[in-house]
Amino acid sequence: MPLPPLESPIWQSSVRAYAFGLRAVGSTVLTLVLFATYLGIGALAHDTHFSLGWVLTSTLLVWAGPAQIILISSLGSGATVVQAAIAVTVSAIRLFPMVVAVLPMMRTPTTRLRQLVLPAHFIAVTLWVECFRLLPHVPRENRIAFTVGLGTGLVSVCLIANIVGYGLAANLPQLFGAAILLLTPLAFLLSTARNCRELADIVALGLGLALFPLVATLHTGVDILISGVSAGTIAYGVHWLRRRRRA
Amino acid sequence: MSDFIGDWHALLVLVLAGFLPNEIWRMLGLWLGGGVDEGSELLIWVRAVATAILAGVIAQILVLPPGALASVPGILRYGAVAVGLVAFVAAKRSILVGVVCGELVMLAGQLWWR
Repeated sequence: MPLPPLESPIWQSSVRAYAFGLRAVGSTVLTLVLFATYLGIGALAHDTHFSLGWVLTSTLLVWAGPAQIILISSLGSGATVVQAAIAVTVSAIRLFPMVVAVLPMMRTPTTRLRQLVLPAHFIAVTLWVECFRLLPHVPRENRIAFTVGLGTGLVSVCLIANIVGYGLAANLPQLFGAAILLLTPLAFLLSTARNCRELADIVALGLGLALFPLVATLHTGVDILISGVSAGTIAYGVHWLRRRRRA
Repeated sequence: MSDFIGDWHALLVLVLAGFLPNEIWRMLGLWLGGGVDEGSELLIWVRAVATAILAGVIAQILVLPPGALASVPGILRYGAVAVGLVAFVAAKRSILVGVVCGELVMLAGQLWWR
């Protein structure tokens, strides 16, 4: 479904802009990936004994797949609130540059900071990618309404996926339950691999996968943090060395 | 209510360990945004660490699988993800093709194994 041209009078209504944002949910293959991921999160929550309402609330409040998986799997494996919070906050640092990069696209000279709170909450990797793709085709003064429409649409799809995944994990034979749980690592690995832009990203992904099983043998409670910060720093070092050699 | 969400303690844990530590970065980005260059060295490091943490989470689910996934032998879990990755690369970075191939390998392996 193509968006109307920028000068079209349709854009004068912010309700219409919201509706276009909502409809854009159906225009991206990433919606399918999100659906699969949140199906997996619903199943994961069921198998780690969280309630359905709890996982739905986590989707509304947290709205970041990796953070939700870290939260559920760390609490489920007996981590304390502080250990889980540290792992979640480190995984969420990546949201900071995303928000910093996306919000200027929506700002006008008259925009108030509080108008940007809801769009900022919706920003996660999918919305980040889609904003760069779609916002240039939306008039600047309608971009907040459009983004909120896109965000509410994606959240709704994911809430439905949570309910379906939770229900399937409770009722399906073990084989299919396992297949739904496998969706999470598969979808995350591949969508992260697709977002790798620089050598540092690829090294961080590969080394992060390889280092965790080694660090996990130490049973520190913050294994993910240790393997992540080490692998990420080494990856940054590789990037720095390579650039210095080029210069 | 208590059956649906669980007790208030569970909700408090969600806010303290999930919502606040996650949302703070979005609000910081909103508050401080504009002054940070997206290509800066600090952000390249931040992105590398965030990617590696996500990789750690993926590895954790595969190495220490939750619930029903624990019934799948390790070699089949790793094999399915490896096939998914190869299919993803072969299909010009199609996430869908990768996910479907990985899932099929796991399902076929499980059926063949028993």
